[in-house]
Amino acid sequence: MMEEIVLEAAHLSKVFRSGKQDVEAVEDVSFQLRQGEALGIVGESGSGKSTVARMLARLTDSSGGCIRLFGKEITHARGKELRDVYRKLQLVFQTPGASFDPRRTLGAGIREGLRNQGLSRSAAALRAGELLKRCGLGKEYAGRYPHQVSGGECQRAAVARALGMEPRILICDEITSALDVTAQKKILELLLTLKQEEKLSFVFISHDLALVQAFCDRVLVLYQGKVMEEGTTEEVIGSPSSEYTRRLVASAL
Amino acid sequence: MRQNRRKKKLIFFSVLAGLLLATALFAGYLCPYDPYAQDLSLAQQPPGPEHLLGTDRYGRDLLSRVLAGSTVSIYASLGLVAAVTAAGTAAGMACGWRGGWLDAVVMRAADLFLAFPSLVFALAVAGVLGGGLPNAVLALGAVGWPKFARLARGLTLAQKNSAYVMASRMSGSGGWKILIRHVLPNIAGPILVTSVLEIGTMMMELAGLSFLGLGVKPPAAEWGSMISDGRSLLQISPWMSLAPGAAIFLTVMIFNLLGDTLRDYLDPKERERNRQKKEETKR
Repeated sequence: MMEEIVLEAAHLSKVFRSGKQDVEAVEDVSFQLRQGEALGIVGESGSGKSTVARMLARLTDSSGGCIRLFGKEITHARGKELRDVYRKLQLVFQTPGASFDPRRTLGAGIREGLRNQGLSRSAAALRAGELLKRCGLGKEYAGRYPHQVSGGECQRAAVARALGMEPRILICDEITSALDVTAQKKILELLLTLKQEEKLSFVFISHDLALVQAFCDRVLVLYQGKVMEEGTTEEVIGSPSSEYTRRLVASAL
Repeated sequence: MRQNRRKKKLIFFSVLAGLLLATALFAGYLCPYDPYAQDLSLAQQPPGPEHLLGTDRYGRDLLSRVLAGSTVSIYASLGLVAAVTAAGTAAGMACGWRGGWLDAVVMRAADLFLAFPSLVFALAVAGVLGGGLPNAVLALGAVGWPKFARLARGLTLAQKNSAYVMASRMSGSGGWKILIRHVLPNIAGPILVTSVLEIGTMMMELAGLSFLGLGVKPPAAEWGSMISDGRSLLQISPWMSLAPGAAIFLTVMIFNLLGDTLRDYLDPKERERNRQKKEETKR
């Protein structure tokens, strides 16, 4: 039986105005994400991957097209509606250190979302400890500042913060690109556990094809803001149909 | 090493500024004579053991008047700077965060006020509303806030699209919460430094208005009006203007040096370098 569609992008586009010129960063991007599925979005730098991620998370407005979350259109969601969106969808950023307020501890960053959900101060502290533990970090990390932990540890804390909102979809925007291989492996193991045990759906943005191959069920290839190819990971990476994907695979593997 | 030296300098100038504030607060208890008691037999006495800074044309003790004048000069400037910092920062943060028509309207108003030289604007206000300290403060406040609004707007814009602000938004925090909990603490450093540096400027401008007869009215002791009072006797009794002039010079210098030291101390690049050095030493 086909799983439910949890996230859908239809004809998504984004135009940035640069002086008098319009730059089309994303053009007519469409895809569907099903429950428990990991969709990889790959492409070279500047291909529009992160812009797509930010549009999906409503951190930037799209110029055209629509986004549906569990069948409900969220393209122009604001206020309370947007807060409801973030209970279902979370984004983990590329730069782990910069995604935490430098003047507040990691614990404070995790507790913020929990307190916003109505948890008491003590309940939020307890839950933050549990979330850190679930992501392979000790409770003591709650009292540390972003600059006091490694990139990998900070990224796991960022995943813990996202999980605190109990989302059904996690958008990972190049979350391993700033990490060394050991930290990359630990993050990947964490994501695989979440995918298998919690049936979370993922939009996994990366330019590392090996990681995408190890984690994603389907892959979407972007080039200059346009979709070049979409299919299962085996199809796209094993036997690419577009010339660009062939070049991308050849240069990576 | 360099950070330690900066810390010591910061403590030194903070203590000096603290002493000034304490002097201004307890001026009434520190005055050796009544600053308003006139005795024409003692008029224009040069500095000496009886009257350390001499006396003015009415025989009033200048040291007592400088001390009494510090309360108005320092606390009016502090109050004014606090008010323009708060108003300017709030306006700038709101503009940077919301953008759109609010940003356009408030920033154009700021441009309008910035276009006026502050003393000229104060003269115009005094012309319309009359002289006196409240109107002088109002006039300087009106031309003082745009500087902070521009600064806060730029700093807020830089923070607005940072990853941690976006993460906070995704944690369900609303605009106000993000501005107060995250943006304000992260932009407070440069605003605080500008604010401390502005104390000296405001003090000079308030004294300037009093000098022109648009600020504090005689016989109230205030440094600007005291300089103005001694101006006509500058060649015969120079101490009448020099004593309050020296008080302004010292106070402005202390607050400016405090601001400079604070800026060096809060410099994030320097702090980051020191943090890295500390970590390397630990390893």
